[in-house]
Amino acid sequence: MLQRTNTLHIKTPEGITFALPLAGPVARFLAWIVDFACIFVIMTAINMAIQVTQVVSFDFARAASIISYFIVSIGYGILCEWYYKGQTFGKRLMSVRVMDIQGLRLQFSQIVIRNLLRFIDSLPVCYLVGGLSCLLSPKSQRLGDLAANTIVTREPKISRPDLEQLLTHKYNSLRDHPHLVARLRHHTSPHEANMALQALLRRDELDPSARVELFEQIATHFKKIIPFPQEVVDGITDEQFVRNVIDALVQASGTPRKR
Amino acid sequence: MIIDLERFIDEEKKYWTELETILDKLDRDPFKKMNLSEIKRFHYLYQRTSSDLARVMGFSAETEIRRYLESLVGHAYAEVHELREKPHRFSPLHWFFQAFPQTFRQHLRAFVLALVITAFGFAIGGIAITIDREAKRVILPFSHLQIDPSKRVAYEEKAGATKDRLKGKKATFSAFLMTHNTRVSLFTFAMGFTWGIGTVLLLFYNGIILGATALDFVHAGQSTFLLGWLLPHGAIEIPAILVAGQAGLILAGALIGWGRRISLKKRLRTVASELVTLLCGLAVMLIFAGIVEAFFSQYHEPVIPYDAKIIFGVSELIALILFFGLSGKSKEKLVAKD
Repeated sequence: MLQRTNTLHIKTPEGITFALPLAGPVARFLAWIVDFACIFVIMTAINMAIQVTQVVSFDFARAASIISYFIVSIGYGILCEWYYKGQTFGKRLMSVRVMDIQGLRLQFSQIVIRNLLRFIDSLPVCYLVGGLSCLLSPKSQRLGDLAANTIVTREPKISRPDLEQLLTHKYNSLRDHPHLVARLRHHTSPHEANMALQALLRRDELDPSARVELFEQIATHFKKIIPFPQEVVDGITDEQFVRNVIDALVQASGTPRKR
Repeated sequence: MIIDLERFIDEEKKYWTELETILDKLDRDPFKKMNLSEIKRFHYLYQRTSSDLARVMGFSAETEIRRYLESLVGHAYAEVHELREKPHRFSPLHWFFQAFPQTFRQHLRAFVLALVITAFGFAIGGIAITIDREAKRVILPFSHLQIDPSKRVAYEEKAGATKDRLKGKKATFSAFLMTHNTRVSLFTFAMGFTWGIGTVLLLFYNGIILGATALDFVHAGQSTFLLGWLLPHGAIEIPAILVAGQAGLILAGALIGWGRRISLKKRLRTVASELVTLLCGLAVMLIFAGIVEAFFSQYHEPVIPYDAKIIFGVSELIALILFFGLSGKSKEKLVAKD
């Protein structure tokens, strides 16, 4: 059975694997609502401009309105995704992007096909077919994406965490054991480090009891990864221990700070 | 292994920024061509950033930097490893007179299949109306086709002689026809995703309506009116819908992949640009057919003689056959020789 994933891993011929986080149906639906509003605004503006020509010919104005609506409703997605490299205004706002399934450059033909197959994806109402396909397919693809070999990815906002507010550059007892710190860095996964970092960043949002319990669990977890000598962990709270772990992981200058 | 992350970032950041700048430029201008030294530099930056990503992956703390490098490497990877032809400047004449008919010929079997399905529907519709004249109430969904053909012809000729019924409405009617027919055609194509079942049903149903209408007029002795009415726009419009069916069947063929030992992704990738060519081509055909239908087809004798309309329609059909059969063929031969 095909398993759903929220990340697409691509291995380059250079042996590097990079991950593309996939956008879920909710983010895509919200992007579609924004795009729908954009089409409405564009059509209102065009119709207002066309109304001026009604003075010359009512017939021409109506024909222009019908054709404009058709072109805008079909062409909006195609042109935006082509011009903005896989993004419409809605997708930009929701930080999602259409990409080739193999991570290659998005081709114009792929954009056209995924947009034209909206005729099926939008059936019977409100993209029900597309939404179901998105929920059921392993890579969250609607039918248009399957036919065009495209995926929709999330674009993570790249921002460095504010480590200064966490790391006070005080004495860190873990640094007295550089070989254990090195092992800690070696055995800690990015996910684990990030989890501890996020707990520290959000510590003030937690209830006092939940805060104590959470940091106890995290500290126990790290102590299991690398058992530091008892004198190192004695006398410091679990939260301080986690703070020291993060300090050791991030500020890995190699020279332990002195007391 | 990275010993000092801060120093590592400080040292490498300038290379990441340089790569990001090049990628931004490529994004802004898809037709941009780099010279050899620029390509070498771009490749060096890609490899260096890839190597940085590999180093950061072994380091647990910096998920944000890893994500940033992943997005950078992913973006550059698309540029470095893309083997498909880079989009060239679009030439409408070259596309219409060469790419479109060449693609049509390349997938002639799918077109023939679409034609056969429609013809089968035509026969069924014709037989049904011949056996039971009342069947048209069920078969034909349009009210204007429910009237007795002789009465309709008499009405159209009389009304057309006294005044222009489409006066002040021609452009609107034409726009409606173009958009409606294009929408129906695109839907016929899109239904190819149902392994072709939807496309086949739509083509068959179109054939039934066409056959029932045609035989209804023939039985009423109104064949000349029928040809004069349908041929001018139908000579282009019906083949356009068949091209939509052809595109739908190509899509279905790629999905099913009879006897082809290549992956589904590759099969779909192979036909993608050809499908777009066919769809854009049929849209052009339907624009032409819409104009002809609104400004020409709806005028009957005594305004426009039926003979003139039939000759016009037949000429269009011959021109279309020659276009699909011969246009761009000389270039095709040259490519084959190369």
